[in-house]
Amino acid sequence: MGLLSDPVRRRALARLVLRLNAPLCVLSYVAGIAWFLALVFPPLTQRTYMSENAMGSTMVEEQFAGGDRARAFARDFAAHRKKSGALPVAWLERTMRSVGLEVYTQSFSRKLPFPDETHERYMVSGTNVYGILRAPRAASTESLVLTVPCGSDSTNSQAVGLLLALAAHFRGQIYWAKDIIFLVTEHDLLGTEAWLEAYHDVNVTGMQSSPLQGRAGAIQAAVALELSSDVVTSLDVAVEGLNGQLPNLDLLNLFQTFCQKGGTGSVGGPQDWTSLDGPLQGLQTLLLMVLRQASGRPHGSHGLFLRYRVEALTLRGINSFRQYKYDLVAVGKALEGMFRKLNHLLERLHQSFFLYLLPALSRFVSIGLYMPAAGFLLLVLGLKISSLHEAEVGLEEPGGVGFQGLTGPISKSLCALQGVGLASLVAPLLISQAMGLALYVLPVLGQHVATQHFPVAEAEAVVLTLLAIYAAGLALPHNTHRVVSTQAPDRGWMALKLVALIYLALQLGCIALTNFSLGFLLATTMVPAAALAKPHGPRTLYAALLVLTSPAATLLGSLFLWRELQEAPLSLAEGWQLFLAALAQGVLEHHTYGALLFPLLSLGLYPCWLLFWNVLFWK
Amino acid sequence: MAAAMPLALLVLLLLGPRGWCLAEPPRDSLREELVITPLPSGDVAATFQFRTRWDSELQREGDTDHYFLRYAVLPREVVCTENLTPWKKLLPCSSKAGLSVLLKADRLFHTSYHSQAVHIRPVCRNARCTSISWELRQTLSVVFDAFITGQGKKDWSLFRMFSRTLTEPCPLASESRVYVDITTYNQDNETLEVNPPPTTTYQDIILGTRKTYAIYDLLDTAMINKSRNLNIQLKWKRPPENEAPPVPFLHAQRYVSGYGLQKGELSTLLYNTHPYRAFPVLLLDTVPWYLRLYVHTLTITSKGKENKPSYIHYQPAQDRLQPHLLEMLIQLPANSVTKVSIQFERALLKWTEYTPDPNHGFYVSPSVLSALVPSVVAAKPVDWEESPLFNSLFPVSDGSNYFVRLYTEPLLVNLPTPDFSMPYNVICLTCTVVAVCYGSFYNLLTRTFHIEEPRTGGLAKRLANLIRRARGVPPL
Repeated sequence: MGLLSDPVRRRALARLVLRLNAPLCVLSYVAGIAWFLALVFPPLTQRTYMSENAMGSTMVEEQFAGGDRARAFARDFAAHRKKSGALPVAWLERTMRSVGLEVYTQSFSRKLPFPDETHERYMVSGTNVYGILRAPRAASTESLVLTVPCGSDSTNSQAVGLLLALAAHFRGQIYWAKDIIFLVTEHDLLGTEAWLEAYHDVNVTGMQSSPLQGRAGAIQAAVALELSSDVVTSLDVAVEGLNGQLPNLDLLNLFQTFCQKGGTGSVGGPQDWTSLDGPLQGLQTLLLMVLRQASGRPHGSHGLFLRYRVEALTLRGINSFRQYKYDLVAVGKALEGMFRKLNHLLERLHQSFFLYLLPALSRFVSIGLYMPAAGFLLLVLGLKISSLHEAEVGLEEPGGVGFQGLTGPISKSLCALQGVGLASLVAPLLISQAMGLALYVLPVLGQHVATQHFPVAEAEAVVLTLLAIYAAGLALPHNTHRVVSTQAPDRGWMALKLVALIYLALQLGCIALTNFSLGFLLATTMVPAAALAKPHGPRTLYAALLVLTSPAATLLGSLFLWRELQEAPLSLAEGWQLFLAALAQGVLEHHTYGALLFPLLSLGLYPCWLLFWNVLFWK
Repeated sequence: MAAAMPLALLVLLLLGPRGWCLAEPPRDSLREELVITPLPSGDVAATFQFRTRWDSELQREGDTDHYFLRYAVLPREVVCTENLTPWKKLLPCSSKAGLSVLLKADRLFHTSYHSQAVHIRPVCRNARCTSISWELRQTLSVVFDAFITGQGKKDWSLFRMFSRTLTEPCPLASESRVYVDITTYNQDNETLEVNPPPTTTYQDIILGTRKTYAIYDLLDTAMINKSRNLNIQLKWKRPPENEAPPVPFLHAQRYVSGYGLQKGELSTLLYNTHPYRAFPVLLLDTVPWYLRLYVHTLTITSKGKENKPSYIHYQPAQDRLQPHLLEMLIQLPANSVTKVSIQFERALLKWTEYTPDPNHGFYVSPSVLSALVPSVVAAKPVDWEESPLFNSLFPVSDGSNYFVRLYTEPLLVNLPTPDFSMPYNVICLTCTVVAVCYGSFYNLLTRTFHIEEPRTGGLAKRLANLIRRARGVPPL
């Protein structure tokens, strides 16, 4: 074209990028990390504020006073539960009916792909009990949900007690404009998933469950409650849902408002932001949130609601050694206030942010401000790609200036690829993708074969097969180098690296858009090694770096960082055990809830990482 | 208990415009009645009916022209005080005397169910139907909740329900009665006691079961004259067990299934709980055009098998003009759940077509179910003029069936909604893009190209070449 842009000037820019490539890459990477660390400081982090007008001022007066009732319900529930060994369905039904709810039950069963050793379950069957409070002012078109997930042990009975006491209190009020569903699920998240799937009449995960008899329209918001003591020192709020989804920030603001009003000390978060201590603690909270969000697992049963576009969060009572404690009445009042405010909602929560990071409960970082951190990291890949394709083009047509401006980088790299011969790239690409597919399919499929031939349990078999296939992928370069043509030795690996870099950049870009934490974490670890990988120079050093930044090593490192941040450091052996458990959990969560981290790593990032491994050992 | 019913209007335009400009025709007398039905759960239902009838001078010409038949639904309407006030003004005695003194808004709206209706229809005056009367029938049903209004107590009185008592009949009324359902649920003795004791009782088959009613006639002078007021009290002799109420033979449930903003499914569950009798149901669905129905996905299953409807009428929607209309006659097997489901796609509206609160969602009107439900006890068809008004709520056709029309719950469906805070950003972005595109195209189209003869340069050219060399471009 030449008329709209000056090809000569563009060529100069390209040359500059080519010449200063290494320093620019370093600078960009450092800028990315620095930007992320700077997120906890005031210009980038802002105070939260309520955006939704309908919930603007705290003009509700909480009247809940059923603390004794809640404790009595909790005691009864715990006793019945201990007696029957499972969820006391009949007792719950009777009690809910006696407080005036419309009660239904739902039974479900699910055979897990392999035994879950963390929760000790394999063939799961249970019953969910839910009661609906019909609003006198509306025709059951909208509803709110208060849910208590009950696990296999007898924790959470105080939450059930509080739920029943709140139901009794709510039933006596006339101002409800939305139906309220009080849901007690068995087998914590499995029960919630079964109920949600039945409520929306879909089957996502192969759960077998009986259809629901009673419904209450579109669910507008949900609150999950986890309490295991009569008194709490603070309430922890969990927002991270399945695949890193977050509820609307207004729901969190609502919770924070009532925490401040009732004086319930909420999730640890510094109030003093002027000294350095505040931001440092903020950084710790932020990193914890990033790790939780990156894991893509639902941190509480609220996480499963988010798929159905129901804004939800989990409140978790914490009873630590602090002096001042709150009883159930304080928690109940906070919940009552939240439900009354949600009852005022005219529209779904949509006004505030859906994508944010939290350095503290009262502070947030919006997407516009945290995205540059990932952007800088991805820029490293962009710079490397441009330098590589410039180098290749330079090899091909030295002095060719004419039509460079017109052809995009992709078509140019395609030209370069043709020079090498596609055949040499097809083999490594296909083999690495096949390894990824094997990693995704074989562990669960081959668990029975493995248990027959080796003295291991199913869950162990799955994890060990996973590791074995993962390690086997490292043997890949020795299998492919024979296929590669030898006419242009340098161009071969450069073309492969170019493809691998584009592949990685595209994947990380997409991940960072949907789940920033995961994208950022992977970019931080994978980008330097990917940028450095080449078959010359200190290869052992590069290989060590590449192994240390592989997806599995990132997972292991994240586990250590996680426990370090929680001030409960791990020993190496513990860390290894936790790593094995995390692998099994990751596979299980993919099959039971549809978490996408496992397929993403095995089908996307692991093959891509293998390509770099291939580049490193190019002959 | 479901809450406020949607306001459904069936407008029959049978007459030409000349029919309305006549002088006010003579009013017939008014009939009013109140039916109180204590429920085993401790709640109590009250249904008011007022019927006014007046003769019209109009001549009826031929049969009903179905071309003028209209059906319209407003699913969003929630009944409240502003519906009650004009409704009360239609009553001859307003709320001054008769049963209508009980219609006190603050009590009526503290209930767990509220339904209000106006029916207007022509009634034939003779067998050949040459002259007609107009009938205006107003009904109001409420269910008082033992948990909210009764503070947990199961005994009721008129004063407790309405915070008023009856003092005098409406002078315009030809009949003014209160019926209290005193049907004994147990075989051996009475479960319910009414005070003052009724002078007469009335037995009839309502909804297929035999019912006994105590009658209080306000026109009976002895009833009111004693103490100038009538406060009917209900006392449960043996408090009923706190158990789930008996399920009716026909009930239905409707919901949207699926998630995401692209597709969805409308599902209607039709329950026939009759142990051994199947009966047909006419299902009428109107769905707004912005839910694009896929009719080939219409599936009807009962007891795991496909159920073929014996009649289907489908009128497809036209964008912005008319909704989908789907009418089916479905046979419900005995003791079964029939699921009628149809998939839809959510349309993207024009941005001016969204309602003021677009993120609230869009309402889909309830399905209408009309059925002849088999009764347990055979009933004789009665003369409607002689029997109480509430008898004709569920008219009996041939003794073994009674007619029921049910409305399912309305649905709230979210459509893909643009972020309405964005228009400003969009305008800015679009303007920038247009400006940039326009600028460069204008530049291209208006620039003239000509070849410049190379000139032996002076100092300026040499200087320029020096700079160009530094920049790495070929010299001039």
